[in-house]
Amino acid sequence: MTEKPPNSPRTVTDPSAPAPGAPRPRTAPGTTVLTAPASAEAGAPTRTGARAAAPRRPAPRSWRDSPLRRATPWFFLAVPLALLLTFTYVPVASMISYSFTDWDGVSPHREFTGVDNYVQIFTRPEMFRVFFVSGYYLAASALQIGVALYFATVLSFNLRFRNFFKGVLFFPYLINGVAIGFVFLYFFQDGGTLDSVLAWLGVTTDHPWLGDPTSANLSLAGVSVWRFTGLNFVLFLGAIQSVPGELYEAAQLDGADRWQQFRHIIVPSIKPVLSLSVILAISGSLSVFEIPYIMTGGATGTSTFVIQTVKLAFQFNKTGLASAAAVVLLALILLLTWVQRRLVPDDKVDLV
Amino acid sequence: MGKTKALTGALLAVATLTVAGCSGGGAATGEIAAAPADPAGVSGEIKVLTHRTDLVQDGTLKRYAADFNKVYPKVKVTFEGITDYEGEVKIRMNTKTYGDVLMIPAAVAKNDYPSFFAPLGPAGELARKYRFSDKTEVDGKVYGIAQFGTANGFVYNKSLWRKAGITTWPRTPQEFLAALRTIGDRTDAVPYYTNFKDGWPMVQWTSNVGSVTCDAKATDKLAGPVSPWKAGGELHTIDTLVHDIVKQGLAEKDPTTTNWETSKALLAEGKIGSMMLGSWSITQMRAAAKQAGGSAEDIGFMPFPAQKDGAFCATLVSDYQQAVSAHSENKPAARAWIDWFTEKSGYSEREGAVPAVKAAPMPATLKDFVDNDVTFVERSEAETAVVNEIDNAAEIGLNKPDYRQKLIDTARGAQDGSLQDFFADLNKKWDEAARTAGS
Repeated sequence: MTEKPPNSPRTVTDPSAPAPGAPRPRTAPGTTVLTAPASAEAGAPTRTGARAAAPRRPAPRSWRDSPLRRATPWFFLAVPLALLLTFTYVPVASMISYSFTDWDGVSPHREFTGVDNYVQIFTRPEMFRVFFVSGYYLAASALQIGVALYFATVLSFNLRFRNFFKGVLFFPYLINGVAIGFVFLYFFQDGGTLDSVLAWLGVTTDHPWLGDPTSANLSLAGVSVWRFTGLNFVLFLGAIQSVPGELYEAAQLDGADRWQQFRHIIVPSIKPVLSLSVILAISGSLSVFEIPYIMTGGATGTSTFVIQTVKLAFQFNKTGLASAAAVVLLALILLLTWVQRRLVPDDKVDLV
Repeated sequence: MGKTKALTGALLAVATLTVAGCSGGGAATGEIAAAPADPAGVSGEIKVLTHRTDLVQDGTLKRYAADFNKVYPKVKVTFEGITDYEGEVKIRMNTKTYGDVLMIPAAVAKNDYPSFFAPLGPAGELARKYRFSDKTEVDGKVYGIAQFGTANGFVYNKSLWRKAGITTWPRTPQEFLAALRTIGDRTDAVPYYTNFKDGWPMVQWTSNVGSVTCDAKATDKLAGPVSPWKAGGELHTIDTLVHDIVKQGLAEKDPTTTNWETSKALLAEGKIGSMMLGSWSITQMRAAAKQAGGSAEDIGFMPFPAQKDGAFCATLVSDYQQAVSAHSENKPAARAWIDWFTEKSGYSEREGAVPAVKAAPMPATLKDFVDNDVTFVERSEAETAVVNEIDNAAEIGLNKPDYRQKLIDTARGAQDGSLQDFFADLNKKWDEAARTAGS
């Protein structure tokens, strides 16, 4: 992006600003950030010149000529690639191959059944009914992104105890999902933490929180929000803090309030992270597993597609069918991600 | 671009190789793992896979091994306790190293036994000596010997029931419900505890198939499109009782947050009236009663409330069956361990369970049953393979908590539908699966 959009923050908030690259008399002494764009523009021709000069130089042997040298990057890559192959691609390939068989998970014999498993999945509408449950988690994700964005914005400004609050918000994400499941089981228990806290506030309720499908799903989605807000928060905070500080300064000088700063500086600059979060939220809500599996085991209408798949494989020994279900879920998530990327293309952000 | 293609090619090649390499277990010889004639002559090292991690940790199994070594001095026995026994062993059985002695995981289909385990002897011979040997019989050969068996019934707090004024065992489901209502009215206790959250305790209800009509072949009769939940069927009687207990508010208020470990103490303290469990639980409950300051006598065990010709019946079902791996290099030593552990170790007595050896007496925990002339019905396993196949194909899970959790949800109104519809749906699923899979 070399062309500046007409509504770039600087032009809008500070019409009297001089042309880019020119010295800016208004800047306070000691602020070096402003020189960054200037030097970048100034530096560009030099770099191009250097590159252009390279072939002219008498270089007898480029590093590209030696086969050993050419292999060097691959040596560095060997270990991660081997791990990636062993633990991701090979299992996925095996899973895809199982999905065309009637394997029960133990037997040495398995029959090739073609696309039978897939036909079965798509002719059994009840297998997709569990996706309604994902709706709860999707709604929760929207809330979660909102909450995380709010706190990330607030805590990116100078506040007292801001590091403490950052820690508090991020902490749940560090706890193991299984532990969270157990903690919240006590939390939602009849007469458990939630009931006690409500009793202190003068609310006595007899409501079994995990007792009926709606309440159970809401409770579980709430746990999921509690757990993953920290992750979103850290992603957003990182993105917000990479916004150069002088933009806020300039905005402030031009009289922009916090909301305007948020709307015109923060949101555009964290757009890639925001769209990543949405992708994670959607794929996450389709494949919820840990928390409901531990807390309810999928009972009382809280079963999700992954829980259903696990039960097919390990309770009913239909490993072939379960593999096919897993492949279908994978395809579904890839498809949704692709659609989303088409709808919201990931263009580069350039504030300056 | 060229590089990407080469990489993709390599990836596919690796994947294909791995997939090809994974398929197929090892071939088994089918040679009988016979017990050695001379105890001093057998030697070698054997590894025993067990689900009893508690007994591995507290050294109980090591003491058994030491006793074993007094008879078989040259055999070294090691134990491997596995917490998620079913899940882990099932996966390990795709390799050749799954110990020398192991408990047969439920996931292994009966017809696959010969490719995983060494036969232990002809059916007739073992059936004379051991209970439950037909559970692992394939083509006239037996592949596993039960550790012990359990009878099924309600564990209940005797002193609490006495306090409510109930001293005789209910004889029909209606009487049982009335008894629970009395307990609910006259005491503060929860009359029945479902253990809904942990799930597996609800599976124990299924083991009453056979107790209701005093029929050892009741489970075998499920092998076919027989609508197991039709009126008059045993599962109909059993699951209607579960449903009614919950529907009439005789179970805990919030089943979704129950806790098994806590439930033991609650029953011992008289805060819970009863739970449907196997007789294996009596020892644990008595220990809990003593811990709570009560007496072991507070814990009672009663059969399913149904009588035939004026007598109660209790189905005996087998616990895990011990088998010798087909890939074991010390089969005689492994067999010697199984024989010794089943007959001489005193393990089943210590657990208060029904011994696998037919000649051995019933344990003290079942004294109530013996004194009241409860008929023990040893469940026939002749058609278990077919029943399991139908069960899995129908995705019902007679031995899984899910459908009974749904039943309870229906009973307490958390799920729409009536009991009749629920049973009709189960029957439909079962019969359809039986027609396609059971043939």
